[in-house]
Amino acid sequence: MRNIDFMKHRKFALTVSLVLVIASLVLLLTRGLNLGIDFTGGNVIQTEFETVPDISEVRDVISGIVAKGAMIQHFGEKGIIIRTNEDTEKSREDVVKALTAKYPDMKVTGFEKVGPVVGGELRRQAFIGVTIALVAILIYITLRFQFRFAVVSVVPLVHDVIIALGFFSITQMEIGSSFIAAILTIVGYSLNNTIIILDRVRENWGTLSREGIVNLVNKSLNQTLARTINTTLTTLFPVVALCVWGGPVLMAFSYAMLVGMIAGTWSSMMIATGLLCEWQGKK
Amino acid sequence: MNRTDRLRLWLVLIVVAGAACFAYFYRNGLNLGLDLRGGAHIVLQAKGTPENPLGDDSIDRLLAVLRNRIDQYGVAEPIIQKSGNDRIIVDLPGIQDPAAALELIGRTAQLDFREVLDSTGTPPPAPIRSNYDSDIQFVQAQERWQRAIDQLSNSSADFQARAKNTVGAIVAPAEEAGRFYLLGPVLLSGKDLVNAQVNPDSLGRLGVSLEFNDNGARLFEEATARLVGKQIAIVLDDVVISAPVVQDRIAGGHAQITGRFTADEAGRLAIMLKAGALPVAVEIAENRSVGPSLGADSVRQGLEAGLFGAGMVLVFMLIYYQFRGLAADLALAVTILLIFAGLIAFNATLTLPGIAGIILTLGMAVDGNVLIYERVKEEQKSGKTPMAALDSGFRKALVTILDSNITTLIAALVLFYFGSGSVRGFGVTLSVGLVASVFANIVVTRAILQLFVKRGKEIVRK
Repeated sequence: MRNIDFMKHRKFALTVSLVLVIASLVLLLTRGLNLGIDFTGGNVIQTEFETVPDISEVRDVISGIVAKGAMIQHFGEKGIIIRTNEDTEKSREDVVKALTAKYPDMKVTGFEKVGPVVGGELRRQAFIGVTIALVAILIYITLRFQFRFAVVSVVPLVHDVIIALGFFSITQMEIGSSFIAAILTIVGYSLNNTIIILDRVRENWGTLSREGIVNLVNKSLNQTLARTINTTLTTLFPVVALCVWGGPVLMAFSYAMLVGMIAGTWSSMMIATGLLCEWQGKK
Repeated sequence: MNRTDRLRLWLVLIVVAGAACFAYFYRNGLNLGLDLRGGAHIVLQAKGTPENPLGDDSIDRLLAVLRNRIDQYGVAEPIIQKSGNDRIIVDLPGIQDPAAALELIGRTAQLDFREVLDSTGTPPPAPIRSNYDSDIQFVQAQERWQRAIDQLSNSSADFQARAKNTVGAIVAPAEEAGRFYLLGPVLLSGKDLVNAQVNPDSLGRLGVSLEFNDNGARLFEEATARLVGKQIAIVLDDVVISAPVVQDRIAGGHAQITGRFTADEAGRLAIMLKAGALPVAVEIAENRSVGPSLGADSVRQGLEAGLFGAGMVLVFMLIYYQFRGLAADLALAVTILLIFAGLIAFNATLTLPGIAGIILTLGMAVDGNVLIYERVKEEQKSGKTPMAALDSGFRKALVTILDSNITTLIAALVLFYFGSGSVRGFGVTLSVGLVASVFANIVVTRAILQLFVKRGKEIVRK
């Protein structure tokens, strides 16, 4: 069996993660997230053209109608997607009317309007949902393992979520309601990894006094290494496929999953275990 | 093969055959979300006023009226349900004209008949460019027209003041721009209506003919008798649709609304009047509409990504674990089958994030197999026979598989309870996928491997 001394680098790994988390938090506070209309309220219009006009041309048509500014992007091959922060039905109808007058070949393939009340509720719901999930998980692990394991397995989850959010702050990709689903899946996936490693640590726990915590954790990591690599690969295949072929609607979801999975694998192997070593070593 | 092994094998065969038959016979039972098949999703927020506060009763009546309107409009499989205390969700799958549907369900449709006390003059028609020789003349004509309209609006301020002094009087605009009416109290309202249908009048203009109940007929007769030679206004949602002059007393309870309707508008108005006015005003809180082509695109892209991802996983397992990989691949096929059977059985709705959830499950489902196989390898290294290694490998991996899946299931269930719409759909598919994959890992894989290993031993013995 391979015997890689993962825990030799634990201080370095913990520092890297700490820096990444702080950087993400700073980004979140200064640059913020590009929240979609699911959260902010507003109108989205998806259109399709025979020949796609210039974005700037479309912007000229709309700018007179939408006071609060609009975001206009290409969508697929022949489509253009227009997002405004005005959350009235009338605003949308005006935009469509003006565009149809200018481009008779335009087809509206879909639209979404979310009022301000619903957006606020979704934000609250997302926050409550994620919090409840984390607490429930904490309780379950405390029951099955011990409280210390529960803490070192929840820290990486917070780490993964913050880094995924930081990634979205840098790229300014739009966040919709499916992003909440992605975040909770990341939580599930990362936790899965952590539990499997900690499960091995628990199994080897009997040798603690003989080997010391660092050797014990290293042994457990090496024993589960083949599994970690294989499962990461088999999960990466579909996620990469989603990023490449999943289409524009799923893009934010797919990238959130990709970043979250990479962060999750890293944090399970280095952060949960590193923290456990530090904590146990203090005693 | 001992008794437990035989039982396990039978269990697998029965479950797979059962799920396959179920999924085959009920294959139309899989609900596609509106984001996949196209349609409109509308959330209405009821708005109470001090005079007309919200209550359970008014929401229930609101539901009934909406259901009535949508049924008469003719939408296949609409979903109309209460959400929270003051919201109603309306899902209209496959609808072609979402704007028309919105017009139908969002409008209060409060019909009143009132006496016309006074009205501003008829506004002049707007100038048309082709009637003028130059742009300058046209602009001047437009300005003149605007001034005339403004003047009419000013006199409506005077009406407002007069309305305050008369009990039950209101000021209402006409459908055409710039014209206002000062109206007396309600003579008769839509509550006394028994039927409404589209009917062209004697001049061939489209209109809606009304039929009142006995009480309505009596009120209408009294009003027309009193107001011969005067105007009665037909007011819909505080806008005067028409204000005919009463020629004679009208008995029998029939009347006709004539306005500037297109055939579609007249049809919708008839439906709204027949179904009744909304008991409270509503506001559109959320409105999403996906055209059928966009939905089909999403399905195709999801399928492509899913097939490719699944293909990669299957090939990887086969290369890395060889014949055991084949067992894992078979187990994965069973997982997919069980997911679809489960979604049909729970009457769940498959949404785009749901498809993403299934694709993810494919990758995570083989995790159980990986865990088991790595464990079995370890056991074999420590000197156990293949059969014994398989046995203890499964036993030791079981705890890990359960622990890791239950924690993920907690997250999935939270999504199911707290999420709404497509997020909820994702929670359902993820939960079903987790349960299906644990069954496939623990029971299906083991049954298949037991078969392989047994065969191998027998061959050796011969």
